[in-house]
Amino acid sequence: MKTIVGLEIHVQLSTATKLFCGCSTDYRDDEPNTHCCPVCLGLPGALPRLNQKAVEYGLRVAKALDMEVPEESEFARKNYFYPDLPKAYQVTQYDKPLAIAGTVEIEDDEGHEKIVRITRVHLEEDPGRLVHVAGGSKYSLVDYNRSGIPLLEIVTEPDMRSPQEARRFLNKLRTILEYLGVFDGDREGSLRVDANISLEGSVRVEVKNISSYKGVEKALTFEVTRQKNLLRRGQTVTRETRHFMEGRGITTSARSKEEEHDYRYFPEPDLRPLRVAGWVAEIDLPELPVARKNRFMEQYGISLNHARTLTGDPKLADFYERVASVEPVLAATWVADTLLGELNYRDMSIAAVPPDRIAELLELLKEETITDKAGVQVLREMLDSCAAGKPCEMPAAIVEREGLGKATGGEFTPIVQAVIAANPQAVEDYRTGKKGALNFLVGQVMKETRGRADPRELGRIVSGCLETGGV
Amino acid sequence: MAGTLNFSPDDRYNAFITTCREAPFCDGALAGTAVAVKDNISTAGIRTTCASRILESYVPPYDAHVVGLLREKGAAIVGKTNMDEFGMGTTTETSAFGPVRNPVDPSRVPGGSSGGSAAAVAAGFVPMALGTDTGGSIRCPAAFCGIVGLKPTYGRVSRYGLIAYANSLEQIGPMARTVEDVSRLMSVIARYDPHDSTMLDRPYDHRPSADIAGLRVGVPEEYFGEGVDPRVAETVRDAIGVLEGLGADTVPVSIPGMRHALAAYYVICTSEASSNLARFDGVRYGPAVDTKKTWHEAYQDLRQAKFGTEVRRRIMLGTFALSAGYAGRYYAKAQVARRNIKEDFERAFRDADVIAGPTMPTVAFRLGEKTDPLSMYLSDILTVPANLAGVPAISVPCGRVDGLPVGLQLMGRQFEDERVVDAAFAYEQEVRR
Repeated sequence: MKTIVGLEIHVQLSTATKLFCGCSTDYRDDEPNTHCCPVCLGLPGALPRLNQKAVEYGLRVAKALDMEVPEESEFARKNYFYPDLPKAYQVTQYDKPLAIAGTVEIEDDEGHEKIVRITRVHLEEDPGRLVHVAGGSKYSLVDYNRSGIPLLEIVTEPDMRSPQEARRFLNKLRTILEYLGVFDGDREGSLRVDANISLEGSVRVEVKNISSYKGVEKALTFEVTRQKNLLRRGQTVTRETRHFMEGRGITTSARSKEEEHDYRYFPEPDLRPLRVAGWVAEIDLPELPVARKNRFMEQYGISLNHARTLTGDPKLADFYERVASVEPVLAATWVADTLLGELNYRDMSIAAVPPDRIAELLELLKEETITDKAGVQVLREMLDSCAAGKPCEMPAAIVEREGLGKATGGEFTPIVQAVIAANPQAVEDYRTGKKGALNFLVGQVMKETRGRADPRELGRIVSGCLETGGV
Repeated sequence: MAGTLNFSPDDRYNAFITTCREAPFCDGALAGTAVAVKDNISTAGIRTTCASRILESYVPPYDAHVVGLLREKGAAIVGKTNMDEFGMGTTTETSAFGPVRNPVDPSRVPGGSSGGSAAAVAAGFVPMALGTDTGGSIRCPAAFCGIVGLKPTYGRVSRYGLIAYANSLEQIGPMARTVEDVSRLMSVIARYDPHDSTMLDRPYDHRPSADIAGLRVGVPEEYFGEGVDPRVAETVRDAIGVLEGLGADTVPVSIPGMRHALAAYYVICTSEASSNLARFDGVRYGPAVDTKKTWHEAYQDLRQAKFGTEVRRRIMLGTFALSAGYAGRYYAKAQVARRNIKEDFERAFRDADVIAGPTMPTVAFRLGEKTDPLSMYLSDILTVPANLAGVPAISVPCGRVDGLPVGLQLMGRQFEDERVVDAAFAYEQEVRR
């Protein structure tokens, strides 16, 4: 049974001000109802004034997704009552969206490239937010700080064939949006998804308001199982809207009433039609993920995997480019593999790491002042201090303090001698031809030197000692 | 602050909802001039009710753009005038604060919906006032009370702060006893405001001129046909004769789209109103809703109790006209009719510089005379076309029938407000001589 998935994604555009007024969009950590004015409060008599930046951001997305921008688009009122909607209508776009007919390339479940078609993108305003008072209060509170935040709704054709594909699509879309500089993925609720899912030959179910990528995959996976089970038992799937319960990982039926909404759309008489097709040519797109990946491979000579990882997040890619000059391949390995792993482990963002520290670490590694193993240790020390909110220590200082400088030649001799003396059985084994014994001895020396020695060099020294018959 | 104006009129006509006994003012072109403001125009710190119970205690935290301009030029805002609830009426009888009486004959209505502004001017309480005109709401009361009122070109005066009834049709405009004062007030309020996206930067800086020699005055047959009191028609024809005497030429024109004008108007204005008035749900305006009920039930109860009959009727009509399955038959068709009328006007304005006709088909009704909403709607037939077409239109007194004032309506091309003002001024100067 084929699975068919289409998505509607609401992206919060990262403009400095709201869609129809000059209020700041950065209300994080601020008191409720402190980023409001007559316009976003929907006070009687207030009129919307379109934020040009939001239009430009929308057009950037349209251009990056290879969309057509019609000569004229139009805002419309979507009328419905809800306590968080101050005007009792949302200003959105209905039958004349900002842009239509685009594409996004993703990998399907077999790893082949495939196209997901984009139906349309349009601009709209976010409503306020209801705050439910704990403890069975008789009332709820409304916070209008979010009211009027610009959203871009992106609607896809039903082109995805599995929950995993849907997640890959979202990851790809997110990367593009971040590259375009129109979206801040770190903001709470900055990307919300409604997913339409059906099994071939059956009816469509809409799962509303999923607020994470993982949530989309989970909700869809749950739906596939639920719908398959229904059909297997000879029952039918009901055409309905369902809510995703993030905490429980299940979907539940929404009241059927919600589906019967008649939004009575009509053109917003307070705004003129939008004629911006001419702007598209003037928009300079930044280098997009695919182009940057290819350039990384060519310019830095790094592997496809490293290039893909590094360009998957523009902040990571920028970071890499800041440290690549030390030694591009070494830098790619350390940033894409080691650093990223250590960051994920600590749930830290790349933004928290000063590039000059990593560049210095790479220098130490390149000059073989420290071993790889010591390098990891230095990195961990550094990240732990950053994560604790302390200034990030200089790598050389950590090496100095912890005595992690690479040990050389004569420095080991006493340790090698001690290890040989302490392990007569291994020495005997080596002499009778058991080569594994050498590794054991080297390992013992490594332990004693706390990773400061280069294992290959050490191997030569230990075998040298053994061959010459002792110490 | 240049001073304070004491204002305590003997408001026997119920023209005001709120009066400001001590109105401050500063220096400027209107320094110390008492100006009354219709109660659907937001005034910071002065309650603004739209003559509705639902906004009975609403005090706006901000000034409408035009109010800011008035204050800047030294006007003393002395009060907020009575009106039909949310502007929905032709008599000022739908006000939740009681009807306004016509100063010319207190047994008569002053017209509407800016009846309070017209009465305040006609009674001599203030020399000038602001009204708003969605389908004739400045011109009708101007005609009925025997004063002058201008509905500007759509987009010439900022609507920012005007509590919307029908956004695509309405404009704020000046009302006064003379064309000269209307023009003065217009030059204060017609100033560009980036807050209103439907506005153009076409400021009005004009002193009226009575020289209209060679002006082509279009006379549309539709304005003198069925439903128009023949004595009113006759009075207006005489007034057009006066314009001819001043050197104007009359030309016959036609607005065939008129036959769908009222239907189109009432579909559009009620559709927009149903959306505009939805925000009055008791969450932020009006008394708190009963929290024992679900929110939508509480909304229903409050709106049922606090909106008047005419307002509820228009919300229902507009909701219906926009509903799925009906919007194509009503809202979309109304837009086609509107375009046709606009084109009719464009065609007529190729032959004529202004179009003249009666403002209202009759003189002022008796209080309580119009009980049937449909016959009330019909009386807007001569005023709504200018709103549908977005053109400027002025009403200037041109005589009396049964002792009651008749208004001459002069309409012009978009953004030629100056020309209709000049034509009205020429007429006024001639008959006053």
